[in-house]
Amino acid sequence: MAKQRSRRRRGPRLLDLPGIWLGQHWQTALETLGRLKENPLPSAMTVAVIGISLALPAALYVMTDNLRTMAGGWDQTAAISLFLRFETDDTHAKRLSQDLATWSEISRVHLITREQALEEFRALGGFEEALEEITKNPLPIVLAIYPTPTYSTPELLEGLQDKLLKLPEADFARMDTLWLQRFQAILDLVQSGSLLLGLLLGIGVLLIVGNTIRLEILNRRIEIEIMELVGATAAFIRRPFLYAGAWYGLLGGATAWLLVTISVLLLQQPVSRLASLYRSEFQLSGLGFAATGVTLGASVLLGLIGSWIAVNRHLRGAEPQ
Amino acid sequence: MIRFENVFKRYPERGEALGSVNLEVQAGEMVFLTGHSGAGKSTMLRLIGLIERPTRGQIVVNGRNLATLPRRQIPFYRREVGMIFQDHRLLPDRSVFDNVAMPLVVAGVGQKEIGRRVRAALDQVGLLSRERATPVALSGGEQQRVGIARAVVGRPPVLVADEPTGNLDPDLSREIFELFERFHYVGVTLMIATHDLNLVKSMRHRTLTLDAGRLVNDTGDW
Ligand SMILES: Nc1ncnc2c1ncn2[C@@H]1O[C@H](COP(=O)(O)OP(=O)(O)O)[C@@H](O)[C@H]1O
Ligand SMILES: [Mg+2]
Repeated sequence: MAKQRSRRRRGPRLLDLPGIWLGQHWQTALETLGRLKENPLPSAMTVAVIGISLALPAALYVMTDNLRTMAGGWDQTAAISLFLRFETDDTHAKRLSQDLATWSEISRVHLITREQALEEFRALGGFEEALEEITKNPLPIVLAIYPTPTYSTPELLEGLQDKLLKLPEADFARMDTLWLQRFQAILDLVQSGSLLLGLLLGIGVLLIVGNTIRLEILNRRIEIEIMELVGATAAFIRRPFLYAGAWYGLLGGATAWLLVTISVLLLQQPVSRLASLYRSEFQLSGLGFAATGVTLGASVLLGLIGSWIAVNRHLRGAEPQ
Repeated sequence: MIRFENVFKRYPERGEALGSVNLEVQAGEMVFLTGHSGAGKSTMLRLIGLIERPTRGQIVVNGRNLATLPRRQIPFYRREVGMIFQDHRLLPDRSVFDNVAMPLVVAGVGQKEIGRRVRAALDQVGLLSRERATPVALSGGEQQRVGIARAVVGRPPVLVADEPTGNLDPDLSREIFELFERFHYVGVTLMIATHDLNLVKSMRHRTLTLDAGRLVNDTGDW
């Protein structure tokens, strides 16, 4: 009985140690956060600068992501529009379209009669006066040709177009996907650009956090010196500064998320209205679950690395001369 | 407990501050260190606190050879040596309690235990009622006693004090020295640098005299 009590009094048992260790870390984390609140203005400035720096690449990502979704909707437009000679009639055109649909390069053919084309033209609006003057329909029959997925590369489409133009009914053909592919190439470029921008701004964030932590270390020089004199380990002294860096990162990341999300919310209505003018159901989407996770994770990591650099340069631990 | 073997300390700009010091202090001894200003008293205490390293020679404290002590062990060594400074080195924006608690906080002692031991230390120096005050609200003598409470709160076996009464009047100085004597009676090894020769003589403890970095007199144990 007495033995047990004395053992308990000697200190924490080994099994409790991880809990104590975690508790200490949690306590340090909370204390560090409290210290940020003690100097709200410089802390808020640092967080704001980090937030804006991270918001830029995040916004660019959201933009390209949305454009890609939008472009995905256009994949359904025909790859090649084949305009038939004017003397071709509807029944002939229909037979031709059924014929073409059996080609291995082609998955589907959609016939647009002259009347349909004229209707569509009217629906676009703005041409009423011009149309009134026209007595005879000037529009040709168009075959919208959708290639099989394996034939969707520019080179193969080019070959298909040549083949189609050799048909006696063919007048001329227009490739519709080329601009789409160019658009996608531009998107790829913008996305790589945003990655590069993110990298540069990430380095900026490292410098900002590093400098803020450096100033905090200088401000607390005396306290640090005394802590070293009474036996603080280097790890103990570094810990609150590392936590401060992580907090700056997390708060900056959250600010970036907020900035992007607010921008998306503000733009959602105008974009939907614009899309509806083009008879599209397109909806602007914000940072998704995964992208939010990446933003916050990256920001915490940047904050940690930034403070780690500052701490390594300015806190070397007790070092006798 | 404290052993100096042929210790030299040379500062690049000022030349030799300590030359060929040999010394053995037994566990539980109370030793005064006297000498003119610039004789090397502070230098000796800084060597014991491992704030500086000797240019030559060996120092062994509490069984640890300071020359071979790895850097990572320095914090743990410092927890075994309580240091008291003439200018107290207190944090002005922290309460008396927080100042005294610092050695325990950095050692990872639990909250409850910290409260218990800080109050015990403040009680020993007679400042239990001032734990909420900040150091600036205290007199010079009280501030020095806070510094002493901080030095003893971790119950180190060795205490070194560098002119702890340098700024105090004789009565207060005597009080402080009597406080040190109480730690001496419970077995702490003390080394106290001081100018106050009258006080030193009246207290009858071993006294070392430094002159220009040389140990010129050692009264031996009383
Ligand atoms: N950090 C230092 N850098 C250069 N010289 C120093 C330093 N500390 C002390 N000294 C010199 O070493 C000698 C001893 O100083 P010190 O140990 O402070 O003497 P005391 O405490 O007895 O007055 C003096 O000549 C002093 O100028
Ligand atoms: Mg001195």
